[in-house]
Amino acid sequence: MTVIQEFEKHPLAKYLRAERFPHIWCEGCGDGIILHCFVKALDDLAVDIDKFVVVSGIGCIGRAAGYVKCDSFHTTHGRPIALATGIKLANPKLTVAVLSGDGDLFAIGGNHFIHAARRNVDLTVICSNNFNYGMTGGQSGPTTPLDSYTTTTPYGNIEHPFNLVHLAAAAGSVYVARWTVLHVRRLAESIKKALRKKGFKFIEVISPCPEIYGRRNKLGKAIDIMKLYRQISEIRHGYDPAKAEITREKIVVGEFIDIEKPTYGELLQKQFIKIQQKLSEG
Amino acid sequence: MAQTVIDTANHIAAYAAKAARVQVIAAYPITPQTSIVERIAELVESGEFDAEYIRVESEHSAMAACIGAAAAGARTFTATAAHGLVLMHEPMHWASGSRLPIVMPVANRALGPGWNIWADSTDSMSQRDTGWIQFYCADNQEVFDTIIQAYKLCENERILLPAMVCLEAFILTHTYMPVKIPDQEKIDDFLPHYKPNWILDVSNPLSHGNILSPEWYMEFRYMMQESMENAKQLIPEIDKEYSKHFGFEHGGLVDKYKCDDADLILLTVGTIGSEAKVAVDNLRREGLKIGSARIRVFRPFPKEEIRKLAENAQMFAVIDRGISFGMEGFIAEETKASLCSQNDRPLIAGFIAGLGGRDVTFKTIEKIAKKSAEWMQRGRIEKETVWVDLKE
Repeated sequence: MTVIQEFEKHPLAKYLRAERFPHIWCEGCGDGIILHCFVKALDDLAVDIDKFVVVSGIGCIGRAAGYVKCDSFHTTHGRPIALATGIKLANPKLTVAVLSGDGDLFAIGGNHFIHAARRNVDLTVICSNNFNYGMTGGQSGPTTPLDSYTTTTPYGNIEHPFNLVHLAAAAGSVYVARWTVLHVRRLAESIKKALRKKGFKFIEVISPCPEIYGRRNKLGKAIDIMKLYRQISEIRHGYDPAKAEITREKIVVGEFIDIEKPTYGELLQKQFIKIQQKLSEG
Repeated sequence: MAQTVIDTANHIAAYAAKAARVQVIAAYPITPQTSIVERIAELVESGEFDAEYIRVESEHSAMAACIGAAAAGARTFTATAAHGLVLMHEPMHWASGSRLPIVMPVANRALGPGWNIWADSTDSMSQRDTGWIQFYCADNQEVFDTIIQAYKLCENERILLPAMVCLEAFILTHTYMPVKIPDQEKIDDFLPHYKPNWILDVSNPLSHGNILSPEWYMEFRYMMQESMENAKQLIPEIDKEYSKHFGFEHGGLVDKYKCDDADLILLTVGTIGSEAKVAVDNLRREGLKIGSARIRVFRPFPKEEIRKLAENAQMFAVIDRGISFGMEGFIAEETKASLCSQNDRPLIAGFIAGLGGRDVTFKTIEKIAKKSAEWMQRGRIEKETVWVDLKE
């Protein structure tokens, strides 16, 4: 049996491009779990894959756009949300999801994130947060915890990190959740919920980077990091995201925000009708 | 005692920043540049390198931070590649327009799509009109020496422009070579502490970036052009002075090899120039009178040197690892533009080779040279631009 035949026996294989595998992710990386939860959500929802688009930016998880078997765009560093906004507005019938990393979405692309959330563009944004720029070898980024070690902070980081769920909520997201890759079932359910919901939805996924961030910070093997997640994560739905800062002792996970608000597309449509009426009235 | 180290060109670039006593570094990671700024971060954090290192959130911010630091009077450094460089495009104009002597290594890498992290000079050459001086290196020693020379040049009051020092992805960035690093005191003698003519200073406030009306805008741009012209004179002088101090000379504007009696001259950039020397030696053994001229400085473009080379040559074969779409290779374009006012012109053929990191070995260059020699004998070229080893 060829590798591709073997691959295609997997129940979720129809959502993936066999010829692109094996993937590039390191052993123990959480990105594979995120991709699995993502395609499982697509499968559970019986999503029409012809009307589904995945956009990713630069970083390890960015490769996911090339792995999913639907229309996809692996765009420039920081721009997936801007690009996805264009896709969604050009063809509102498409469901658009962004899979990207903490560096891409919150450093070089941070502006796009807050403005898409503010406008409530109908997008599902999933962020794999591994606390550093893994793909370029582990530099400090916008989520690197204080005092932790990276190649550009060899004596410890002195910059305060973003609390992503707080940022997303403050910027106006209608759905905000956080999970770790240990919470496989809950993450998949959360993605399903986000995909069914309208507006700007954000899911942060805490993901191990045992080869780079983990090694520098002596977090042990991937299995040790997963054990740590089990030990320190605490599910608290409806918790105030402002208080959900990630610390060495605690990672609060759960659904923090779930509200309704007209989307940018809906408001645009409404405005369009209003102007049409005004013009026809003369 | 000068010290010989064996290291990658990226690490060598970091040591050059340290040797130049750079005061502020602002940088964002991007392959294949990252190990320059990683090494600098290590040196700064450990206290070996007395500088401020700013971990910015994008290359656009990196250049903005460099502009701020340089305007405040600091010797300033960043490094980037490909997409990072083109993201900097806007503030790059501001760095040159503000006349700030920032030095920036660029790890020449292909632009997407499709994603490609390998060598290609279209990234930096497409920035040719930003008002930055552009150097291209052929080995790790030249990377070190050129960074030191670039500060000396850029901070000269007849210049006051920023410069990029280009090194090809992986071929240089990640390749180990022995490099002589001179004594710090000698470098300090050659490159004294930076004394800016004006700085942002609370006791003597001045304002940057104000409105410049049509009445004066042209005059400021003319001064930039004048500085570029001055650079053509200063670059060879500084290279010579450097060699007097440290023993290495890299050819000033153009690194010429066996060009004096050559009928056919290969015009190259970067490491293709090193390979071209091997090809020249091999072909000379076969009786071809051939030479190689490696363009070391792309901006200002050394048109006077090109004209001098053209006086005795019958043909130029120009090899470009980059393409200006809709025209031809960058060096081929500039070479032709440099010669159009001359009465006696050699034949010129352009060769596009090695885009996106495809190897250009001495064998590739020999093939190019043989084809060119054939055309030279016939007295006409068959094709203006040849895409070498193109799969059709």
